[in-house]
Amino acid sequence: MSATSTAALLEGETGAWELVVGLEVHVELQTATKMWCGCSTDFGGPANTNVCPVCTGQPGALPVANEQAVADAALLGLALGCDIAEVCRFHRKNYFYPDLAKNYQISQYDVPLCHDGRLDLDVTTDEGEQVTRRVGIERLHMEEDTGKSLHVGESGRLHGAEKSLIDYNRCGIPLLEIVSDPDIRDPETAQAYLRELQAIVRTLGVSDARMEEGSIRCDANVSVRRPGEELGTRCEIKNLNSVRSLGRAVRYEARRQIDVLEAGGEIVMETRHWDEGRGVTETLRRKESVTDYRYFPDPDLVEIHSSRAWVEQLRARLPELPAASRARLQQAGLSAEQAATIVAGGLLALHDEAVAAGAEPVAVANWCTGEVTGQLSSAALTPAEAGLTGAHVAELVALIDDGTLSTKLAKDVLAGVIEERGAVPPAEVAEQRGLQQVSDEGELQGIVDEVVAANPETVEAIRGGNDKAIGALVGQVMKATRGQADPKKTNELLRAAIEA
Amino acid sequence: MSLSPDEVRHVAGLARLALTDEEVAELAPQLSSILDYAEQVGEVAAEDVPASTHPFPLANVLRPDEPRPSLSREDVLAGAPEVEQDRFAVPRIVAEEG
Ligand SMILES: [Zn+2]
Repeated sequence: MSATSTAALLEGETGAWELVVGLEVHVELQTATKMWCGCSTDFGGPANTNVCPVCTGQPGALPVANEQAVADAALLGLALGCDIAEVCRFHRKNYFYPDLAKNYQISQYDVPLCHDGRLDLDVTTDEGEQVTRRVGIERLHMEEDTGKSLHVGESGRLHGAEKSLIDYNRCGIPLLEIVSDPDIRDPETAQAYLRELQAIVRTLGVSDARMEEGSIRCDANVSVRRPGEELGTRCEIKNLNSVRSLGRAVRYEARRQIDVLEAGGEIVMETRHWDEGRGVTETLRRKESVTDYRYFPDPDLVEIHSSRAWVEQLRARLPELPAASRARLQQAGLSAEQAATIVAGGLLALHDEAVAAGAEPVAVANWCTGEVTGQLSSAALTPAEAGLTGAHVAELVALIDDGTLSTKLAKDVLAGVIEERGAVPPAEVAEQRGLQQVSDEGELQGIVDEVVAANPETVEAIRGGNDKAIGALVGQVMKATRGQADPKKTNELLRAAIEA
Repeated sequence: MSLSPDEVRHVAGLARLALTDEEVAELAPQLSSILDYAEQVGEVAAEDVPASTHPFPLANVLRPDEPRPSLSREDVLAGAPEVEQDRFAVPRIVAEEG
C-alpha cells in the first residue's frame, strides 16, 4: 500500500484534465428533541404534530441550544481530528423558502464549532491498486433541518408542481454540516469518504446515517482543471441519494465540464440536479452569492464556550473508530474485505462478543460476513432486532466444530434462532427441530449399507477407479437423512463398505 | 451612504418583493437614511473595541435533551392561509425561477 498516489487524470480531446471534488455532507442527529426547542424528533409521525412556537419562529419565541446536540457535534469533530473552537456562535442565514417558517436558518458562519480535521481513506483505484488518501475537513458546524415539502401536481420534481404542502415536523431537527477540503481527485475517493463518514457517525451513535431516509445527505462540488493549474469554476451537485449516485454523478459532471471547456465554452457557477434515472446533471439554479444570505449573529442565542476540560471529557468518550476496528480485525487474521464488511455492516459488536465467548475470529468472521449478513438483510433486521448475540454465533461455530451440525444444518439453525428472535439458543433450536447431524455410527451404517446395496453399478464404477462417483452415493445418504448425515463420517463408512 | 436603485431592486428581490420604479425611487432615500443612522456606531467603534454580538456576558445557555409538549395540530395550522392533507399549502416553490 502506497501512502500517496497521484489520481488518474481524465483524458480529453485536447489533453489531460484533473478532477477536483469537495463534499458537503449533512448529518441529522438522533437526539430526542430538536436543536432549539423541546419538540420530539420522531420520524414518520402525523404531519405537523411535533411543532411549537420556537421551531416555527413565532414572534417572541426564544430558541435554546440542545446540550446533547452540541456534545454530539463536538464528538464527531474530534473523531474527524478537528480542533474544537474555544468560542463559537450562531448566525442567521436569511432566505425565503416555505420549508423554513422563520425565513432564516440558524447556522454557524464565521466560527464553526469544529475546524481543520481530516479523514484517511483506503481506496481501491480503477486499476485495482490499494492506496491511502487523506481528505482534509475544512469545518463542521451546527445548524437545523428544514420542513418537508410535498409537491402536488407532479411527483418529486419541483417543475410543474402547482402547490407545495409543508410539514414542519423535521424543521429544527439538529443538523451537522461537514465540509471537506477540495482534496478529492477521483469518484472512488468521494465514495470512500462518504462511506467512512457514515461508518464513523454510526459508530459514535450520533445518527443512523441512512441515505435513503435522508438522515445523511451529500452534495458534491465538482470542477476540472489542467493538472497543476488554479482551481476551475465549480458546480454544486444535489440530489445524490446513494453512494452509487455520488460516484456516477461526479463521473458524469467531470465529463460534461471537460466537454464544455474543450468546445471553448465556460463553466457557470451553479447548482445542478442529478437525475438518477437519466444519469445526467441539469441546471437547478444559479448559486446565490454568500452576501445574499445576509448572515448576521443571532441575537436570541449566546456563544458556546468550549473548555479544555469539556473537550478532553468528550475525547475520552470516543469509542474505537472504524479504521482502528478494521486494523484490529485484520491483525486477528481476517481479510481486509471481511474486516470492512463487518465494520460497515454493524456486525462488530456481534463479532467481538462471539470471539469473547471463545470462538475463533476467522470462523466467526466467515459466519458474520456470509450467512449472518445474508439472513439478516433478507429479513431486513439488525442483529439486535433479530435478538442475535455473539454467544449464539459462538455456539453455532462450536456445534459445527464438534460435528453436531454440518454447515448446511447450521444455516437452518441460524434461521431458527432469528425466527425465535434469539429466545431459543442454537443447540435447543437444533434439538427441537431435529436438525442435529446423524453421526451415530449404527444408524448411519444401516443407511450406508442400504445405499450401497441399491446401487451396484455405481459401486462397481468406484471400484473400477471412478472415484468421483462416490458423490452420488453421498448424495443419496444425505437425501435419506434429510441432509443431517455427517458428511465426513458418511464418506468414511461408504468407502469402508465399497472396499469390503 | 446612498443606495442605488439597482441595489434597492436586488434587496427587494431577496425579500421576494416586487417594486415599481416609483416605489424604488421612494424607498432608496429611506433605506439610505436608515443605513446612515446605523453607521453612527462606526464613530465610536475603534480598533481596540472588539466586535460584540450580544449585550450580555452570557455563554453556554443550554437545555437538556428532554422532550416537551408541542402545540396541537389545530393550533399549528390555525394561522395557515390554506391547509391540505394536514399541511400548510403554499404556492408552488419558486426557487427554480433564477
Ligand atoms: Zn418546536
